[in-house]
Amino acid sequence: MVKTPILAKLFGPSPVTPIQHHMSTCEQCALEIIPFFTATFKRDWPLAERHGARITELELDADKLKKQIRMNLRRSLFLPVSRNNLLEIVQIQDRIANGTKDIAGLVIGRQLELPEPLQPLLAGFVEVSISAVTLARVAMDELNDLITTGFTGQEIEFVEKILERLHAAEHDADVQQIELRRALIDYEHELDAIDVMFIYKVIDRIGDVSDDAQTVGNRMMYLMAK
Amino acid sequence: MSVIEDYGSTLLILTIIFGFFMAWGVGANDVANAMGTSVGAKAITLKQAIVIAMIFEFAGAYLAGGEVTSTIRKGIIDPELLADDPELLVYGMMSALLAAGIWLLIATAYGWPVSTTHSIIGALVGFASVGISVDAVNWSKIAAIAASWVVSPLIAGSVSFMLYMSVRKFVFDTPDPFAAAKRVVPVYIFLAGFIISMVTMVKGLKHVGLDLSFEQSILLSAAVASVAMLAGIVALSRIKRVVNSSSHDIVNIERLFSVLMLFTACSMAFAHGSNDVANAIGPLAAVNSIISSGGNVLQTAPMPAWILMLGGGGIVAGLALYGYRVMRTIGTHITELTPSSGFAAELAAATTVVIASGYSLPVSTTHTLVGGVLGVGLARGIAAINLRVVATIFASWLVTLPAGAILAIIFFYMFKAIFGQG
Repeated sequence: MVKTPILAKLFGPSPVTPIQHHMSTCEQCALEIIPFFTATFKRDWPLAERHGARITELELDADKLKKQIRMNLRRSLFLPVSRNNLLEIVQIQDRIANGTKDIAGLVIGRQLELPEPLQPLLAGFVEVSISAVTLARVAMDELNDLITTGFTGQEIEFVEKILERLHAAEHDADVQQIELRRALIDYEHELDAIDVMFIYKVIDRIGDVSDDAQTVGNRMMYLMAK
Repeated sequence: MSVIEDYGSTLLILTIIFGFFMAWGVGANDVANAMGTSVGAKAITLKQAIVIAMIFEFAGAYLAGGEVTSTIRKGIIDPELLADDPELLVYGMMSALLAAGIWLLIATAYGWPVSTTHSIIGALVGFASVGISVDAVNWSKIAAIAASWVVSPLIAGSVSFMLYMSVRKFVFDTPDPFAAAKRVVPVYIFLAGFIISMVTMVKGLKHVGLDLSFEQSILLSAAVASVAMLAGIVALSRIKRVVNSSSHDIVNIERLFSVLMLFTACSMAFAHGSNDVANAIGPLAAVNSIISSGGNVLQTAPMPAWILMLGGGGIVAGLALYGYRVMRTIGTHITELTPSSGFAAELAAATTVVIASGYSLPVSTTHTLVGGVLGVGLARGIAAINLRVVATIFASWLVTLPAGAILAIIFFYMFKAIFGQG
């Protein structure tokens, strides 16, 4: 039997891979909202509920990962990036999963239905919001390579390009949100007033998801700039 | 004189056994620390590491191990005080070996980070100051050694910081890092080869029968380094870019640095051999010279080559029988180290240790390597370093010194009781 030599414990545990895992779990969770809305448009509530359950599951997974990361990110770890910055990123990533769960909850809870002409608008808005999440995940995937290259050169440019696309996606999401809201005005009087309140709430929350993705990107900029 | 005459060969055989045991311990424990980073960075396989360690530990011990050996042998304890009682010095050296060897064994079993260097120095100082007299210890030399224990990690850290910064500047921060790495890596190989052969030639080769002038040494070192560099260039030229879908090719660049790490692993093994083999054979050399001269502690005969061979052989045996398992464990646990950052830590540590060897200072290879790792960490090159472990490693010598000392004192009085005095 060989005891683990102390030199082996000198390195790590690196928080990078767990944080990336957390981000990809949050992305998986957010992606699930696309088929979820497709199901609600078809009024296939059992299918929507299955997607909702999957979202809850992934959100729970993300929560567990978040707690593990926090526990392992001890102060005695010497990191190439700010520890607080990393913790902040995890928190924001987690908000993406939480937000997704809230959206699914709001829609399922009231069996919220959207007038058919608005559905493609909402679907587009959701898709572009989630694409921001995917881009944030793609950027986070580069964290190890950023460390390897000492935050220099082409790697930085590469990540900056991803972050630019993320910024553009978030902007797109904003534009589509405005269009959707404008279109919704015409239908407000046909719909149940309380339903309308909740539709606005859902729209807000979807917008929050892309905002959070954007914030993950911004926090990554801080990491790179230090 | 009678003890030496009566029991001389018994004592020598015992010391040879203890010396081999100590060398075995160095090979089983220490070598793994020196080589584990290369294995962990996946630059070399475990088998390659063992072959490299066997060849270069031995070469380091044989070619450049003489200076530190003479420090352990006669630099720490003033032999003049013992001219009338040579057997006390023999007992002391034996107990130092046994104490350090056993302490090493205990520590390895529990996974404690101990340095062979700290163990043997602690043991020597312990038996000499308690068993003989406080004045028998050459305290100014001890102060220099203790200072080198602080300075060597600092130097290794600064060097590795600069090395890693240079990688960033000359490789990663260029339009074509892959091409840049192909140009820059041979320079690092040359650097490693040059420094190590230079120190060896200036400081170590006399006992092999080579006495080179400074200019000759420079020329010859440059020649050795060029041969290494050419070998490196050939190895690098065989590495082609693997087609990569993403716009950046870090995987490819790291494969180039793996070649470099093969060379720095050789340097590390050489450096370790040059410094740490002395811990095992220094006391043996002292005992051998006293007994073969019939009790003369002051004679300055050159160290016989068989002792260096024995030390090198012991290290290799320890590595082959046990050390490879420690190395494998370290290798599988270090997953965060990349060749481009690992080489900087290793090269910095190897050159620092070799230079310390040249100045006859016994330093801890492990501490120096940790210093090198921290240097890369400060340059933001390593994902996470556990500072608590760093503190434990550096604090360990505070425990190791008294532990080695107390054990050595016990054994000293034991030998004195068994073989008698006078």
